[in-house]
Amino acid sequence: MKLKKTVILGAAIAGLLGSSMAVAAEQFIGLPSYRVGPYAAGGSGIFGGWIDYMQMINERDGGINGVKLAWEECETEYNNARGVECYERLKSKGETGNSVFQPLSTGITYSVLDKVAKDQIPLVTMGYGRTDAADGRVFPYVFPLITTYWSQATTMVKYIANKEGGTDKLKGKKIALLYHDSAYGKESHAVLEKMAERYGYELTKLAVAHPGNEQQSQWLQIRQLRPDWVILWGWGVMNPTALKSAAKTGFSREKMVGVWWSGAEEDTVPAGSAAKGFTAAGYNVAGADYPVIKDIETNVYAKGKGNMEDKSRVGSVYYNRGVVHGLITVEAIRKAQEKFGKGKALTGEQVRWGFENLDIDDKRLAEMGATGFLPPLKTSCMDHEGSGKVKYQQWDGSKWNVVTDWIDADKELVRGMIEESAAAYAKEKGITPRDCSKEM
Amino acid sequence: MLYREAGQFKASYEADQQIFPILQDRVGVLLLIGFFALVVPLIADQYWLKAILIPVLIFSLAAIGLNILTGYAGQLSLGSAAFMAVGAFGAYNFMLRIDGMPFLVAILLGGLCAALVGVMFGLPSLRIKGFYLAVATLAAQFFIVWALVKIEWFSNYSSSGVITAQEIEILGYAFDGPVSKYLLTLFVVVVMALLAKNMVRSTTGRAWMAVRDMDVAAEVIGIRLMRTKLTAFAVSSFYCGVAGALYAYTYIGTVEPEGFNLDLSFRILFMIIIGGVGSIMGSFLGAAFIVLLPIALDVFVPMFLGDLVSSSFVSNLQLIVFGGLIVFFLIVEPHGLARLWQIGKEKLRLWPFPH
Repeated sequence: MKLKKTVILGAAIAGLLGSSMAVAAEQFIGLPSYRVGPYAAGGSGIFGGWIDYMQMINERDGGINGVKLAWEECETEYNNARGVECYERLKSKGETGNSVFQPLSTGITYSVLDKVAKDQIPLVTMGYGRTDAADGRVFPYVFPLITTYWSQATTMVKYIANKEGGTDKLKGKKIALLYHDSAYGKESHAVLEKMAERYGYELTKLAVAHPGNEQQSQWLQIRQLRPDWVILWGWGVMNPTALKSAAKTGFSREKMVGVWWSGAEEDTVPAGSAAKGFTAAGYNVAGADYPVIKDIETNVYAKGKGNMEDKSRVGSVYYNRGVVHGLITVEAIRKAQEKFGKGKALTGEQVRWGFENLDIDDKRLAEMGATGFLPPLKTSCMDHEGSGKVKYQQWDGSKWNVVTDWIDADKELVRGMIEESAAAYAKEKGITPRDCSKEM
Repeated sequence: MLYREAGQFKASYEADQQIFPILQDRVGVLLLIGFFALVVPLIADQYWLKAILIPVLIFSLAAIGLNILTGYAGQLSLGSAAFMAVGAFGAYNFMLRIDGMPFLVAILLGGLCAALVGVMFGLPSLRIKGFYLAVATLAAQFFIVWALVKIEWFSNYSSSGVITAQEIEILGYAFDGPVSKYLLTLFVVVVMALLAKNMVRSTTGRAWMAVRDMDVAAEVIGIRLMRTKLTAFAVSSFYCGVAGALYAYTYIGTVEPEGFNLDLSFRILFMIIIGGVGSIMGSFLGAAFIVLLPIALDVFVPMFLGDLVSSSFVSNLQLIVFGGLIVFFLIVEPHGLARLWQIGKEKLRLWPFPH
C-alpha cells in the first residue's frame, strides 16, 4: 500500500511540474497467499520467504535493473473459489497488471488453468499442479517449474535403488505407497506402476482418507505385508501421524521416504522422536547458511522489514521454498527485461517469455549465493519443467540434513507420459499445440 | 404507505394465484431482475462479474436447493456440496459422451443425476430424523466425493481426477466472455428461483411444510410421507446439481471432486441459516453474505491495518471478524436476514404513521 501511495504521489508531483520525468517503473506481483486454515504453516512460510526475497532485491539492488518489485497479498484460505476471486482481483493491478500467478494450491491451479491463457498471465506451479503442463506446446502459460510429481516418483525409486545397491536389486522388493486419498495422492500411481513393471518390485497402494489422523488399519496392513520400503505421499497432519504410527508399529523410519510435501519441519517436529531417521525429497534444502539467506538477514531482517513473525523459521524448508519462488520469479523478470527492455515494467506475456527461457546454471546460482540451494534450471518451449532434480534430506531429530546430491528424474519415462497426457488434453479441448521450432 | 395492499383486489383466479400477489413485490422483483440483467452488464467490470456476481448467483441456487430440503421440508442435510459435485460431473459426462448435446439440456440432466442420487440418500429419512439424518447425509458427502475420485470413468480417466468444462455454445452462440456467462447464469438462476418460489406455495410445498412442522400430523391428514420426503430430496438435489454444473461451467472451469468437500456443504448450510431458513429470498441474502463478507474483509482490513500489523495477523483477524459478525447477526435476528426484510416491509406498510 505504501509503495502504491508513493507512486501516486510521485505521479502527481511529476504531473504538477509538467516535466517529462518518468516515474520509476514498478513490477507488480500478486500473491494469493494463505495464512489461515489447515495449511497455514506452509502458506505463511512460503509466502514469507518469497516476500522477504523480493524485499531483499528491492533493498540490496534497488529492484531489477531499477524496476522495483511491488506486491499485494490476497488471502485465499486454500479455497478454490476464494483463489479465483484473488486471481481476478490481482489480475489488473499495478502498472502492467499481475505479472505472475503462483497459488501454491493444486485446486486453485486447476481453477485458473484456462483463464491464464486468455489473460496472458503465466501460472507457475513449483512442485505441484498439473504434471502434463510441462509440455509447453499445449500449455504455453503454465510452468510446473523445477520438478513435478511424476519426476519425483522416479527419483524416489532411484533413491531406493541406490540404498539397495542398484536397480537390479529392486526385483522382488516390496514397496508400500501410503498416500493421501485425493487427486494429489493418486498422481504418483501411474509412474510407480510403470516402474514396477520395469524393475520388478511389488507395489502395494494404501490409501489414507483425508485428513489422515487415523491410520491404524493401514499400518496393520503394513505390519502384515512387511514391505522393504514405505513411500509416504502425505499432506498436512497425515505426515506426523504416519511417522508416529510407524514408530508404534516398529517400522524403521530409515526405510520411509517422503515427498516434498511431507518433508518440512512442520511434518517432523510434531512427531517428536518418532521422526528421527525419516528421509524426504526436496527441490530446495533447509538451512540458513546459504549466502542468499544471509543477504536476506542483513538487508531485510536487520532493517526490521522481515515478513516472518517467528524469525526462527528463516532457513526452514518452507521458508527456503518461498525464497526459491522469489528467486525464480525475479530471474524470469530479469530474463524478460533483457529481451523487452531493461528498466521497464513488463506485461504478463513478456514475463511468460522470461519463464520459458530461464537458464539458471551453476555459475548463475553461485552469483546469487544459492549453490546447492536449488537445482540448476533451464526451460524451453518444449520443457516447462526445466530440471527434475531433487535432493533427499534426513531428519536427525532436530534438523534436516542433506544426504544425497541432486538426483535426476527418469526423464525418458516421464517425458513420454507427459506428452501422451498433454496430447489427450489438447485433443479434448481442441488445442493445436505450438510449433516450438518457430518460437525463439 | 409504501407497502399498502389496500385496494389491490383480486378479481380472477389468475390474479389470486400469481407468484407475487402484491403489486409492489411484482414491480420490485421486475426492477431487480431488470437491473441485474440490463444495467449490471453495462456498469460492472470483469472482476465484478467473474469473481463476485457469478459465484453469488450460483451459491444462491445451491442455497435454494438446501433451503427446500432443510427450510421447507425440515430434513437436515450436510451433503449439498456432494450433490453439486454430482451435477457438475454429470453435466460434464453428458457433454463429453453425447455428440451435440445442448448445454442447457446437459445441466438439466446433470441436475437429474443429482436428483436420483439425492433420492437414494434420502431413503434413510423415512426412518431417521434430525441429527441422525444429518449423519446419513454426511455419508452421502463422503461417499460421493470418494466415488468420483475412485471411479476414473467419471473424470474421463484424467490422471489427476479433475474435469475441465467444455466450451458453452447455445444455438451457435459461444458463451465465452464474462458478460455472456453472467447473463446465462442469471437466466438459469432467475428461472429456477421463480419456479422454487412457485413450488413452495403449491400442494407439494405445503405438503413439505406440513411434514416439517409435524410429520405424524401430516400423515394423519393424508400426506404420504415417503413421497413428500423423497420429492423434497429430489428437488433439492436437482437444484444443487444444477448449481454444481453452473459452478463448473460458468464459474471455475476446471473442478476437482475435493473442491466439493464438507467445508462447502457447511458454507451452504450457513448461507441458509444466516439468510433465513424457509425463505427463497433468504437464500440469496445468505449466499451474498457468506460469499461477499470475507472478500470485503480481505479488501478493507489490510487497507486500514496493513502497515501496522503483520499479514498473518490480518488474515486471522478477518476470520475473527467474520465469525463475530455471524454471531452478531444471529443474536440480533435469529430468523435470518430475510426476516429483517419482512420487518422492514411491515414498517413500510405503516410508514409514515406508525402506531
